[in-house]
Amino acid sequence: MKIHEYQGKEILRKYGVATPRGFPCFSVDEAVEAARKLGGRAWVVKAQIHAGGRGKGGGVKLATSLAEVKSHAGAILGMQLKTHQTGPGGQKVRRLLIEEGADIKKELYLGMVVDRGSQRVVLMASSEGGMDIEEVAAKSPEKIHRVTIEPDTGLNDRDAEDIARRIGIPQRALPQARDLLKALYRAFDETDASLAEINPLILTGDEHVLALDAKMNFDDNALFRHPEIVAMRDLDEEDPAEIEASKFDLSYISLDGDIGCLVNGAGLAMATMDIIKLYGGSPANFLDVGGGASAEKVTEAFKIMLRNPDLKAILVNIFGGIMKCDVIAEGVVAAAREVSLKVPLVVRLEGTNVDLGKKILAESGLPIITGSNMADAAQKVVAATKHK
Amino acid sequence: MSILIDRNTRVMTQGITGKTGQFHTKMGKEYANGKNCYVAGVTPKKGGQSFEGIPIFETVREAKEKTGATVSVIYVPPPYAAAAIDEAVDAGLELVICITEGIPVRDMIRTRYRMQGKKTILVGPNCPGVITPDEIKIGIMPGHIHKQGPVGVVSRSGTLTYEAVGQLMEQGLGQSTCVGIGGDPVNGLKHLDVLKLFNDDPRTEAVVMVGEIGGTNEEEAARWVKANMRKPVVGFIAGVTAPPGKRMGHAGAIISGGKGTAAEKLEVMEACGIKVTRNPAEMGKLLKSVLR
Repeated sequence: MKIHEYQGKEILRKYGVATPRGFPCFSVDEAVEAARKLGGRAWVVKAQIHAGGRGKGGGVKLATSLAEVKSHAGAILGMQLKTHQTGPGGQKVRRLLIEEGADIKKELYLGMVVDRGSQRVVLMASSEGGMDIEEVAAKSPEKIHRVTIEPDTGLNDRDAEDIARRIGIPQRALPQARDLLKALYRAFDETDASLAEINPLILTGDEHVLALDAKMNFDDNALFRHPEIVAMRDLDEEDPAEIEASKFDLSYISLDGDIGCLVNGAGLAMATMDIIKLYGGSPANFLDVGGGASAEKVTEAFKIMLRNPDLKAILVNIFGGIMKCDVIAEGVVAAAREVSLKVPLVVRLEGTNVDLGKKILAESGLPIITGSNMADAAQKVVAATKHK
Repeated sequence: MSILIDRNTRVMTQGITGKTGQFHTKMGKEYANGKNCYVAGVTPKKGGQSFEGIPIFETVREAKEKTGATVSVIYVPPPYAAAAIDEAVDAGLELVICITEGIPVRDMIRTRYRMQGKKTILVGPNCPGVITPDEIKIGIMPGHIHKQGPVGVVSRSGTLTYEAVGQLMEQGLGQSTCVGIGGDPVNGLKHLDVLKLFNDDPRTEAVVMVGEIGGTNEEEAARWVKANMRKPVVGFIAGVTAPPGKRMGHAGAIISGGKGTAAEKLEVMEACGIKVTRNPAEMGKLLKSVLR
């Protein structure tokens, strides 16, 4: 699960990570009021969307008067902010963060992720802040420093100071940087984060370290024990189809093609998308109905796929294990009837009770095209989209 | 021969009183030599009861001592599943197969940390389990689609593994052992570990390796194959069409920071002498073509 920058900063502040003072705002008036409350002579107006790259897309502006705060807030709020992470349509800005300006002497990078190789949390730090870390990794990998953190001890003083020194934190700021790094790890660990990124972390003119940005993602599997984080979920930032699917415990991701896919199992669902592409088609979605799909779930899955105006055909690919093919076939027939399906439907069934399943499809009287195997089904569904 | 489990394996079910645990224990018991293999169940506070004639114990240690079981399969719900693995490790079991999907990564980091230096092997979590056809089935895969034969199968996915098995059967090829290592980012056995076992198994003549986007396990396995594997390996990677930054069902199936793409994995595998196909419908045919 993703949250906004201002929410990430709220969490980090609780753990003792220093950030600029600021307020989230939902209107231009609130933005001006926030700047007034903050005082000072410079403010930063920051678009709050879940995607990165906001600055380059024009979603972050410096203001040196309240009038400027007002005009920037007015321009950014409601804009379709396009960044390399939003896709071509961009993301509508509904929230702002108004922050006091900071005196930036140096921009640094901090990131924390779970490393699969070592099966530990890893802290990454670099003296090259403010730009994409992927870019730094490609151009000058020697400038990225890493510390692997043992779960029993957490980040220790020595490792924290050592990495702070290596990214160029001056002696005077070392104790503060050490404590900030340790606080970042505690925040990461205790909230079940899957990613924490501070880019940039800045060194101020008076040699303090400050988190100028904050990006945090959380492990979906652990949300059951973090109601305070679930409360931060912003449904406006998520795909409505994906939200709808999650209500029925369906794993759904929208893609830009025109062939809907309904599959059991994540690996087979990805493979189904791949084979559609291989035969010249384009998948409209990833959809894993899971191991225990009921007729009701299949019907909901059909409804969600059919919300897509670009949809030209549907491919159902089921390898029944525990899930029986006859149950799926009944679900597919019921769903096709309930939604009075207008697009071609290709079904491939294999595994437990496959003959019974095929019989149900054949006797339904519906114009269902059956695929004898994965390749046959994929070719048929691609052909169905080309002929229309 | 086979790897990890065979007809002589004695297994206990952790979480035997839950619906899932009961269903799959029953299916496992009915498969091949399962009647003799499934000897114990564990559920705290339910000790002394039994399920389908299988005695239930309070703890893994007690189940091991009373029945001689050295392997466990876990169907415990996600909030408690990592602790169930810990208990099995502490009791000194040889092999733990964790089926549970949805365990927090933080829990698995701690569990894997505790496992350092211990003898217990972990398969999963979030996996279909392990089957040695016509001998024993531990997990949720459909037993009837398999038969014994010369091909080893290792995969991160459930139904895509069944798909691979189905294609092998179409070619008339049985399997030595099929291992689902699971779709989570922090887990037990990796492709590489399973390939090592297949390399040393006399029954296995060739291996199908099914991977997916995310991480670098497949690349590491491929490099090991190039240097050490004496048997042909064929491979498929799911997720060529997956967009970056999105979690494709499995928590581990995510392309992050441009790393872990299917194209990258396929390239390394090919360079290491693994025959790969980009068509998931051709895994069986490809394997047949490399059999000596």
